[in-house]
Amino acid sequence: MSEHHIAVTINGRLHQATVEGRQVLGDFLRVTAGLTGLHLGCEHGVCGACTIIVDGKAVRACLMLAAQADGTSITTVEGLAAPDGTLHPVQQALRDAHGLQCGFCTPGIVMTLAALMQAPAPATEETLLAAMSGHICRCTGYQGIRRAIRALTARPPGEPA
Amino acid sequence: MKPAPFDYVAPTTIDAACALLAEAGGGALVLAGGQTLMPLLALRMSQPFIVVDINRIDALKGVTRVEGGTRIGPVTRQNDIITDTILAEALPGLVTATQHVGHHQTRDRGTVGGSIAFGEPAAELPAAAVALGATIEARSIRGTRRIAADALYLGPYATALEPDELVTAIHFPDWPAGTITLFREVARRPGDFALVGLIGAFAVTGGRIARVGIAWFGMGPTPIRARQAEAALRGQPAAGLDARGVAALAVADTAPFDDHHATAEYRRTVGERIFSRALAEASVLF
Repeated sequence: MSEHHIAVTINGRLHQATVEGRQVLGDFLRVTAGLTGLHLGCEHGVCGACTIIVDGKAVRACLMLAAQADGTSITTVEGLAAPDGTLHPVQQALRDAHGLQCGFCTPGIVMTLAALMQAPAPATEETLLAAMSGHICRCTGYQGIRRAIRALTARPPGEPA
Repeated sequence: MKPAPFDYVAPTTIDAACALLAEAGGGALVLAGGQTLMPLLALRMSQPFIVVDINRIDALKGVTRVEGGTRIGPVTRQNDIITDTILAEALPGLVTATQHVGHHQTRDRGTVGGSIAFGEPAAELPAAAVALGATIEARSIRGTRRIAADALYLGPYATALEPDELVTAIHFPDWPAGTITLFREVARRPGDFALVGLIGAFAVTGGRIARVGIAWFGMGPTPIRARQAEAALRGQPAAGLDARGVAALAVADTAPFDDHHATAEYRRTVGERIFSRALAEASVLF
């Protein structure tokens, strides 16, 4: 069983650690880095709860090895709000629209939406809703999530359609 | 839900990866995007001694035009296929098929080569490779060979690739300008594997179908080429096609099974219906 020294930038801070080859990135982030805002649900890529942003892309933390994250820059839900506590627009939209119930699936949904909002291609209601197929909410709180997406993609008042 | 112990190696060259695979004598697995392999490791359905991560091999990434076709590096991410400008022009059918693979989040990591080499019978990309006439370039320390996608799939998740072989490229031949690609997939939810799916390419010259490639997915133990339907269409006038007759021939080549998602009978019925509708719709465009 191999061990690997990795250096990963997590939420702007460099973390260095030695990990087993088999250690999954999600476990590393929760257990070693202490970022328990990342929720591991199914641990085999189906539920989407563990979605994080790796080098700008929304990926499942349960489907990457920690060793693969060497040299990458990772954002978890802990890294989204401003230092003064001002919520990220995605977090605010979900809060305003009652887009979470028990909250277990929420960190993953937040990270997918945040990744798509900052992607080069413009985020539309259609693309954001389509990406929600990658998340399962067992409270079935999908209507609140839809409302949040609508608010995020609505044009500011006065802007032409 | 933790993988069993293994040695992890991340070579940066194709030669190094091939040497590792040769040395492992069948005990290694190749890790590309990991969107299938990682669940198998987590569930301990796969317990390799060595995992060879090919994500750090730059030579395995990207899309390039080559003589007579397009070469796709196996570690090209599925989402990069969807936005690729070369492919939008050369292989729009492959782009459409890729849009149906998994979810946005899995396509950010998932690769073309990984999907094609894994050979899930209900997956889109193996069928796209078969329908569009792709060849798979495989390398080992013994040499390089090319395998027609058509000859790659032996059974569910079983391919003609040897344990020491690494997929180093997927070559898609050019289709004539104006080729029409049909893609249809029936799944319970977006992102699920298909209950029934088909992809077909039709090149019409002088009012006749000059070249055709059709493959099913979710309709048997491998992607299945609709040989009888292809033969019936090849050389025929594109106008006035008997869409229902050809659909029946296409379904005759399939071997669907009953599982907890759908019965074989359901798959055949739905397959025939989506095929004939798709062909009727396409014939307007021919």
